[in-house]
Amino acid sequence: MSIKEYRTVTQARGGLLVVKDAPGVAFGDRVRIEDYSGGIRNGQVIRAADDAVLILVFEGTEDLDLERTWVRFLDEPVEIALSPELLGREFNGLGEPRDGRPPILSNLRRPVAGSAINPAARTYPREFIQTGISTIDGLNSLVRGQKLPIFSGSGLPHNRLAAQIVRQAKLKDEDTSFSVVFAAMGVSYADAKFFRDEFASSGVLRNVVMFINLADDPPVERLTLPRTALTAAEYLAYDLDRHVLVVMTDMTYYAEALREVATAKGDVPARKGYPGYLYSDLAEIYERCGRIHQRHGSITMMPVVSMPSDDITHPIPDLTGYITEGQIVLSRELHNQGIYPPVHISPSLSRLMKDGIGKDDTREDHPRVSAQIYALYARAQETRNLASIIGADELSERDRRYLAFADAFDTRFVGQGESEDRSIEATLNLAWELMSSFPRDMLTRLKETDLAKYYTGTD
Amino acid sequence: MTELSRTGAIRDINGPIVTVDLPGARSGEQVKIGELGLFGEVISLAGTTAVVQTYESTDGVRPGEIAVGLGFPLSVELGPGLMGGIFDGVQRPLEKIALQSGDYIRRGISVPALDRARQWEFEPNEALEPGAKVSGGLVLGTVQETLTVKHRILVPPGVAGELEELAPAGDYDIEASIARVRTAKGHILKLSMYHRWPVRRPRPYLRRDDGISPLITGQRVIDTFFPQLKGGKGAVPGPFGAGKTVVQQQIARWSNADIVIYVGCGERGNELVDVLESFPQLDDPYSGRKLMERTLLVANTSNMPVVAREASIYVGVTMAEYYRDMGYDVVMLADSTSRWAEALREVSGRLGQMPVEEGYPAYLASRLAAVYERAGRVETYGAGSGSVTLIGAVSPPGGDFSEPVTSHTKDIIETFWALSKELADARHYPSIDWVTSFSGHVHTAAQWWHKEVDANWERRRTAALALLARDAELSRIVNLVGPEALSDAQRWELEGASLIKEGVLQQSALDDVDTFCSPQKQFALLDIAIKIYTSGAELIAIGVPVSELQNLPILAKMRRIKSMYTSDQMDQIQAFRAEVNSAMEEIRIEYAKQGEPAVS
Ligand SMILES: Nc1ncnc2c1ncn2[C@@H]1O[C@H](COP(=O)(O)OP(=O)(O)OP(=O)(O)O)[C@@H](O)[C@H]1O
Ligand SMILES: [Mg+2]
Repeated sequence: MSIKEYRTVTQARGGLLVVKDAPGVAFGDRVRIEDYSGGIRNGQVIRAADDAVLILVFEGTEDLDLERTWVRFLDEPVEIALSPELLGREFNGLGEPRDGRPPILSNLRRPVAGSAINPAARTYPREFIQTGISTIDGLNSLVRGQKLPIFSGSGLPHNRLAAQIVRQAKLKDEDTSFSVVFAAMGVSYADAKFFRDEFASSGVLRNVVMFINLADDPPVERLTLPRTALTAAEYLAYDLDRHVLVVMTDMTYYAEALREVATAKGDVPARKGYPGYLYSDLAEIYERCGRIHQRHGSITMMPVVSMPSDDITHPIPDLTGYITEGQIVLSRELHNQGIYPPVHISPSLSRLMKDGIGKDDTREDHPRVSAQIYALYARAQETRNLASIIGADELSERDRRYLAFADAFDTRFVGQGESEDRSIEATLNLAWELMSSFPRDMLTRLKETDLAKYYTGTD
Repeated sequence: MTELSRTGAIRDINGPIVTVDLPGARSGEQVKIGELGLFGEVISLAGTTAVVQTYESTDGVRPGEIAVGLGFPLSVELGPGLMGGIFDGVQRPLEKIALQSGDYIRRGISVPALDRARQWEFEPNEALEPGAKVSGGLVLGTVQETLTVKHRILVPPGVAGELEELAPAGDYDIEASIARVRTAKGHILKLSMYHRWPVRRPRPYLRRDDGISPLITGQRVIDTFFPQLKGGKGAVPGPFGAGKTVVQQQIARWSNADIVIYVGCGERGNELVDVLESFPQLDDPYSGRKLMERTLLVANTSNMPVVAREASIYVGVTMAEYYRDMGYDVVMLADSTSRWAEALREVSGRLGQMPVEEGYPAYLASRLAAVYERAGRVETYGAGSGSVTLIGAVSPPGGDFSEPVTSHTKDIIETFWALSKELADARHYPSIDWVTSFSGHVHTAAQWWHKEVDANWERRRTAALALLARDAELSRIVNLVGPEALSDAQRWELEGASLIKEGVLQQSALDDVDTFCSPQKQFALLDIAIKIYTSGAELIAIGVPVSELQNLPILAKMRRIKSMYTSDQMDQIQAFRAEVNSAMEEIRIEYAKQGEPAVS
């Protein structure tokens, strides 16, 4: 098909354009739009009928008129150019440079939509990553190829935590560092700058590719941004054999942009105005993470999801939790007590922990230590609630033990310095120290052999 | 192209929904879309226009491209070679696809489910002589499909006539003719070892029977507290991370079914890989063979096209019915039916149908019921009794069980294992909540337990549930006025409930010893826990302080014993029972002595 220009725009609203009489346009193809002033915008065909075509305009439809808008169908999918030159660079959601340097020149171009990994080609992720953070390594371990989001709230230190993980993450007994793909959607200039400075000061910048769409950039572009970033991540992982850590912040702004467009299209809403396909749409992004047979690289993903009004049942964290392999949940209460990182362990979970820890990976007692700490902490939380009703003085001696444990746990195990990089042994030993305030008979999740080896209490 | 196929043209592409001009199209008919040859099916008709839902992404498809109506509905291939395999939502073999198209699934790729080249050793049915009357469901012979599964080659439903010839024992591929049948009209039909069946049509059977025996899953909270029957229908609802997938995978591993069909419907790729990598290593506790030999996977992960997700449940259940028709007890696990319902919702939304609740179409409830209705225990036409047990995970948004999919499912199923976020957060697994879960099969299961294990089963079960109910009541009091308000007897009730929770209900799937628990071990643990409670209560009644009982080492051991001895070490568990008896007896004697002067 020869590339033709159309001036038959009949509608423009909410990031969408309708073009009449443009037959034979391919669904999903890329579109170039020129406005009355010669300004260029990018778009994608999201419905193709023989009499009309619906276009999503990444830069938005603000300020367009129907008469003087030219639409060109480029006869190619939305794609980006890939080369090792990506590293150290900064792009927008379409893969165009944001750092004032020239565009990437390469014959290798791939559609950002990606395609589904054949489940039969996947390898189960099982290599323990030490992040140096006790609540993660000890209780919710991360493995290579896992997608483990941080559920946070406004004002909580998720960025600092993500940055600390980027700095410290390494395989146990191995020194290969990660390449980082950083995807920012709808974040503030200050947040983007925080990460840029952070990467620069820790010296990893030449190992980082950044894709950035700020709060005042066009929201529709947020819809391609994570896909563009993941296409780059796949290239780094599977073409260049690198272990890639993808940090995406903030998925909530991504989902809000999706809702905006869905509403403009008139899609049937499911919950809170979000379209019914939000689950599948998020899954297309998150499931691009993983390990593949006979590929040396891997993609580990750490999305940041801020929970609107700290509500974990809000559709965005909820659907994310249904797709990802666990979640690290930050708590405002701990944060207000000055505890960093304020990880609330009860709702936090790592589903891929089971195969990455234990005898050959971390230490043989690790799985049971984690289960025991959880059981003690759950009981301690109940005791705290009870104490707040009837007063701590009314508690039994046993209950007071739980209270003391909970306090020590929050300040010493959860709390740690922002540059404190704890080894997994240090984390497990600290857990034993705290558990040893209980008599052996109360530690029934542990084996007798664990107790014989690590218990330091007097009973 | 077959003679039935007709061609038309594409008019409109709206994501997976494609409108085509295709005169003579039939509802449900398979259609090949565009130059890529993507498959889809007709979901509505108006004049010469057909609306097609496609199983693959329509990126790059243009109006004006060709559409070919294939003349038949979505069907699966049924024959030897299914077991141990992994198929996508429209039964394409994913391992073969990986060989042909690499790590990502190439669109438009078409590979038959069953291997055409493979030879199978066919053993004819000795009882059949030429001239015998044969009809659908009759067993023509057998093939050893895997070391565990003997595949019975059936006359396809709908075929009837006189057997002209049955092939002798020998090696055949699945397309070779192994039987010739002369129909009443005098036509000669050649039968091979496989046939096709449209997935949306339930396979026929002679009659439906009631379930009689429990599906033993090796999970205490299921078998002992909320049992499922072979041929039953059940649901596992729960918020994210509560343990639905682990419950289903545990059933896939340890249940005493002949065949397991695991449908990953809109869930994670890694969960299927987990099964694919671990099942070939794990031993089936019943046959001693590897678990993968009786397992079949259907995978339409969350990132795969949503229309094929809708199909995957039907593809799975049709294969389940096929093995049922061979006289097997089949368990089908669907994770998650909510994702299937969302696929319905997405298609209905794109068609502009009127949503009724939370965007779901009005037919949600009836479609759900129709899928679950394909479960059941039946008398087959030619292979005796067989069953399909259907267990679906439900993923309610925000963990809210009043949402449409959970509430409709609850009306349909007989066994409801409700997972609780609170229990999961405390790492009490399986997080099946004993208050809100239910089973309609307790009475039938009791007959089995009383005959096979112990006549006190139902009594102990009831006692345990009563203790748990008391626990909830007393905990409310404690939360109001503090633990000091409780009497010793009441505190002992709390302790007893805690023994049931930690010593019996809790069972970690990751614990090598406890991951599977035989019915005998299940009963012994329950019985001992109740024994500790009742004899302790008697002691308290004669004045023993509760603190003395709470310090007994047998309490800690009761909580640990499940992980100390396997189901094969029943002697050790019975020895613990003796230990409990003597510990209690010792205290009784001591207090009887102390009590003597006061009494006399
Ligand atoms: N019976 C069990 N024994 C041990 N651990 C369990 C058990 N059940 C659940 N878990 C733990 O909980 C985690 C989450 O369980 P699972 O993946 O089954 O949740 P889910 O309900 O299927 O969640 P989702 O809806 O997001 O898929 C598991 O990875 C495991 O760590
Ligand atoms: Mg699950």
